[in-house]
Amino acid sequence: MDSVRSDAAPVVLPTAVKILIAGHFGVGKTTMVGAVSEIRPLRTEEVLTDAGIGVDDLSGVEAKTHTTVAMDFGRITISRDLVLYLFGTPGQDRFSFLWDELASGAIGAVVLADTRRLKESFACIDYFEERETPFVVAVNCFEGGERFTPADVQLALNLDPGTPVLMCDARDRTSSRAVLVALLQHVLSLPV
Amino acid sequence: MEAPQEQWPDAVPVVRPYAMTSGRTTPVRGAFDLISIVLATRPPEPHDGLHPESAQIIRQSQEPVSVAELAAELDLPAGTVMVLLGDLLSQRLIVTRSPTPARGVASRPVLEAVIHGLRTL
Repeated sequence: MDSVRSDAAPVVLPTAVKILIAGHFGVGKTTMVGAVSEIRPLRTEEVLTDAGIGVDDLSGVEAKTHTTVAMDFGRITISRDLVLYLFGTPGQDRFSFLWDELASGAIGAVVLADTRRLKESFACIDYFEERETPFVVAVNCFEGGERFTPADVQLALNLDPGTPVLMCDARDRTSSRAVLVALLQHVLSLPV
Repeated sequence: MEAPQEQWPDAVPVVRPYAMTSGRTTPVRGAFDLISIVLATRPPEPHDGLHPESAQIIRQSQEPVSVAELAAELDLPAGTVMVLLGDLLSQRLIVTRSPTPARGVASRPVLEAVIHGLRTL
């Protein structure tokens, strides 16, 4: 019955690859997805069971048995045969187990950071370091945010020296594309 | 036992996703993830006996489309869509291409093609 492919004989289905856009709540993940996507960011939902038990820090809110987590995503058609998908990961720590499914098969991740709330990036960074998912840190340069150099950020986040740090404007298509290119180049530079 | 269904989150369809899949949470056939690409093997037919959601999947997948896009268009949880896709796959109404395996994902040429595309598009 393994005729899935033979059914499709005359058709070549495109290869799909994905990149994760991670970062804390409000850092601009969906903004970045929207800036580079050829479609308006779409939203897909996963229904989780027993989410949040024990790690839910919304004090006063009882842990739900079912929780819906929304992920925004966008698409860039590279060619007829190759499509890139960008997934904004749910920001809350308590959904980090959902990242396993998202991170599986991902080329790599962009950790969007805000210099006013750098500490909130640690959870993401730890996660990708532990999983050995290649990532770059892109500092979304909010107006009013203090200006830091990439080296400052590297130090403050205690990053591996090989981890690229870039400044970006998540609203800007060119800037956001440059972040994606930097991630891909970083992945290519890693030993196979 | 399950907690009361009143816990179900806001903004759900009238028919609950589990009902649509007869309570199943895993596809009968195939392994899908959010970027699995799906293509219908035939045009939609008005009286094909499919459930409305499955019929909609056939309509939406006349061109290659990802599971994530189908889920967004159908406004259903991705897990539900994967179960429906498993049924359609076993009925040979769709073909699919699973994404590359978890590690060592994309080959060098693929990565280079993506870089090239991002720079020139």
